[in-house]
Amino acid sequence: MTLLATVAAPWTAPTIDYHALAPEIVLAVGLTVVLLVDLFTTERNKWLLSVLTGFSLLGAVVPVLTLAVHDNSVRSMFDGRYVVDEFSLVVKALFLLAGYVIVLLSSSHIEEGDYWRGEYWFLLLSSLLGMVMMASARDLVSVFVALEFLSIPAYMLAAWRKRDLKSNEAGVKYFLLGVFASAVMLYGMSLLYGVANSTLLVDIGKSIDLDGTFGAVQALAIVFVVVGFAFKVSAVPFHTWAPDTYEGAPTPVTAFLSVASKAAGFVALVVLVLTAFPEGRDVWQPFIWGLSALTMTVGNIFALRQTNFVRMIAYSSVSQGGFILMPLAVAGGAAGEAALRAVVVYLIVYAATNLGMFAVILAVSRKTRSGEISSLGGLFSYAPALGVLLTIFLASLAGIPPLGGWIGKFAAFQALLTDASPWAYALAIIGAVNSVIAFGYYGNIMREVWMRPVPDGDTTRIVTPSSLQIALGITAVATLVFGILPGIVLRFGEMAELLGAFGG
Amino acid sequence: MQMINDDNWVLSVGTFLPMLGVLVLLVTPKANEAAIKMVALVTSIATVAVGAFTLFSFDFGKAGSMQFVAQTEWIPVIKSTYYIGLDGISLPLYLLSMVVTLLVVIYSLDHIPSPGNPKAFFSLMLILQTGMAGTFIAQDLILFFVFFEIVLLPMYFMIGVWGGENRQYASLKFFLYTMFGSALMLVAFLAMFFKTGAESFAIPYLVENGAGIAKNAQVWIFAGMFVGFAVKVPMFPFHTWLPDAHTQAPTQGSVILAAILLKLGTYGFVRIAIPMLPDAAIEWAPWIGGLAVIGIIYGAFGCLAQTDMKRLIAFSSVAHMGFVMLGISTLTPFGVNAAVFGMVAHGLITGMLFFIAGSVKERYHTLEISKLGGMLTQVPRLGWILGLCTMASLGLPGLAGFWGEFPAILSAYNPAAGLNVTVYRTYMVIAALGTVLAAAYLLWLYQRTAFGTPKGDDHHEMKDVNTYEWVAWLPMLIAIVVLGVVPNLLFSVIDPAVQETLRAFGG
Repeated sequence: MTLLATVAAPWTAPTIDYHALAPEIVLAVGLTVVLLVDLFTTERNKWLLSVLTGFSLLGAVVPVLTLAVHDNSVRSMFDGRYVVDEFSLVVKALFLLAGYVIVLLSSSHIEEGDYWRGEYWFLLLSSLLGMVMMASARDLVSVFVALEFLSIPAYMLAAWRKRDLKSNEAGVKYFLLGVFASAVMLYGMSLLYGVANSTLLVDIGKSIDLDGTFGAVQALAIVFVVVGFAFKVSAVPFHTWAPDTYEGAPTPVTAFLSVASKAAGFVALVVLVLTAFPEGRDVWQPFIWGLSALTMTVGNIFALRQTNFVRMIAYSSVSQGGFILMPLAVAGGAAGEAALRAVVVYLIVYAATNLGMFAVILAVSRKTRSGEISSLGGLFSYAPALGVLLTIFLASLAGIPPLGGWIGKFAAFQALLTDASPWAYALAIIGAVNSVIAFGYYGNIMREVWMRPVPDGDTTRIVTPSSLQIALGITAVATLVFGILPGIVLRFGEMAELLGAFGG
Repeated sequence: MQMINDDNWVLSVGTFLPMLGVLVLLVTPKANEAAIKMVALVTSIATVAVGAFTLFSFDFGKAGSMQFVAQTEWIPVIKSTYYIGLDGISLPLYLLSMVVTLLVVIYSLDHIPSPGNPKAFFSLMLILQTGMAGTFIAQDLILFFVFFEIVLLPMYFMIGVWGGENRQYASLKFFLYTMFGSALMLVAFLAMFFKTGAESFAIPYLVENGAGIAKNAQVWIFAGMFVGFAVKVPMFPFHTWLPDAHTQAPTQGSVILAAILLKLGTYGFVRIAIPMLPDAAIEWAPWIGGLAVIGIIYGAFGCLAQTDMKRLIAFSSVAHMGFVMLGISTLTPFGVNAAVFGMVAHGLITGMLFFIAGSVKERYHTLEISKLGGMLTQVPRLGWILGLCTMASLGLPGLAGFWGEFPAILSAYNPAAGLNVTVYRTYMVIAALGTVLAAAYLLWLYQRTAFGTPKGDDHHEMKDVNTYEWVAWLPMLIAIVVLGVVPNLLFSVIDPAVQETLRAFGG
């Protein structure tokens, strides 16, 4: 009946705010240009593509900045289905800059292998475009479209080394589990639509009120949607794809998956729980509490056992995901704003640090050609700069002041203690214990770097390409500055006001 | 807000000057060892000079209040500020950290432990110095936490890279224990912040408002801080990292660890846990006192069982820090005065003992007590210095150790109002027995190592104390004697600040 009524009404074109859409437009143009240039350049000039990709990403940052300084801070389009608020601008900037660093990480790696470069850059840009859209999506349909937009290119990127068995395994596993997650989520979304009779997140938020009429359907829908995203952010027990995919995919793609793609999953999760189910907190808060505690603990315990570096990072990033989930476990109550801030801060700091670590790994593996932790032995003795940088990034991931990571953990703890419920204290204690366990494996790598002999005594100099040097510089400076002057990154977190959340 | 200006720049400069040295070291080529040593030496001399200037500008008439206070914006979102200041409790420890670092640098000019690399070694030492000095001046809990943690990594690497055979195990154990403590401590700090109305992390503010927290909550928050600080002290039963860390660390690491790092824990009790949570302190004090006394006895028996000289000194630290904690647990000005004096004295004496152990190891290539002997005939000066330090360590009157130990025991006779007198008098008796045991293990150590005839086959000439060692050691030896003879030099500075700190207990 409603469907018919909508059709019958005269159709008017929605007004489009081109300024608000400018970052997406720049990216769309950029990826088209990359695709076309790839078609018409010879093999010798393919390096142009990485430059073009980098410029499209930086070009897309410009409108994000102009939007941020503009007075009109919230721009809502398509009846509130696509919203550019401060939260979305902050995370868009994060995606674009992280994307830029990934371009820097990839270029030497991609140039040296004889694979299809044009496709690589095109897929990377597409996935980033999906993420940028995700930051603004405020409707079940646009959330889903953005999610698939960012996921499908990522599946292909994971399997990008076509003749490599492990890379194929990575792609297939990621694809199958990702599609399964999408299906579960879609089922949850269909239930949500059935309950709310609208796909707009704010409308759903109004219709879900578990205090008055508790409905099993609503609870089920919320759980299904959260489970769908739990796959994306590789929360335990939905993490099983991550280690194999991370290990098999080309290393720059692993960096991309563990930082950008994961962040996108968290962004969507935050938007959903805060705008679509604020009243369903009795369902998702305990659920996320459990996910968070499990994710930190299981991720840590498995990471302790790894001998392969990338697998260890995979499990460590699983466990880091648990820390990011931590503030969300109390996000429905008085601690909502602190939780939102904590998630944003954690994502920013985590992106800088983790990308930096991958940059070091890429530089070192150019010499060692190995993914084993033992291949890092004695790094400090023959490449002191890389050794110190790796130490800085690892210490930051372990949350040791004055390096960036501590402020992320601090913000998460702060959110929990703002809530001040026994459950929140319990989770804070679990988090504190886990941050100590985590040092077990981060320290293990430091020990390898500083205290062990060089394997085979091979101390040939490591030649770091200039693009990697720039990436290392950016990430190291960010990690140090965020740690010593945490006010900067906390300001971003504070700024990130999410339209439709907290009754605003 | 008290911005950094002409009057109060001195603390910030004194704290961060070593970091400037680190930056210079970073651009000094690794091969130029002479330049590296020079940079480290100049930096630490300059730091001590700033420290001396601080000492002379310090208004001793107002030792009870914070001086050189500076407060500027740091992390506005969480209401944490860069807030520093110095009072009579901080001053001796702050200066001790600077002087010990300088002496250790001087010692290292001639004694870079294997596998070398002075550039990294001195850089870590200077980073350590910033962390240590910063902890003693921080007046904001978050700032305190950051400085408290800065010392972790450099010490981890110092033990792990330049340490003995089991260095990797020891360094990891040190790190995990301390980190476990500080993670819980951070949670306690945050709880403190929220329970006082989420207004400020400033220590004076929290001291003023902490008493208003419900007793039950206070006890829990205190528990978090207790674990954090007790691991660092280290108190029984959190001490097991210490013997390993000390035994495996290079001489320089052991000295810094004993002289300063352990004091971060006791300082935390005096500055933060006790004044902020007075009701909880009363609840916890008997337990702390009990653990302290167990530590004294356990440490002493531990010492008697050791066959390794360095491990023995490490266990003696557990016992000595037990006396310090016993003094703190009385919650009386008398006891806390003794505790702060004990911290400084233990820093000087045990620091010296580790220096000596390092030099013994260098000459005899072993620290097995059974293989040592006859030091007085072979290296008489070293033997006499060891004698002086063991006497100081066992608490001989006239040397610094006495004024930390004896008043601490005495203070347990009369604990603060609200504490069970019988329990404390029992502690007093046990602690007094502990001093007898201390005399036993130290004299026995001295007897076995210094007396008799040299053992082993190589009776070749051994070099006695050399110039670098004299320069590094003399200031500490002089301080041990001077503080032993004129303890009031230190007590007169500490006491006003202690009175101020313990106001909540009617002190």
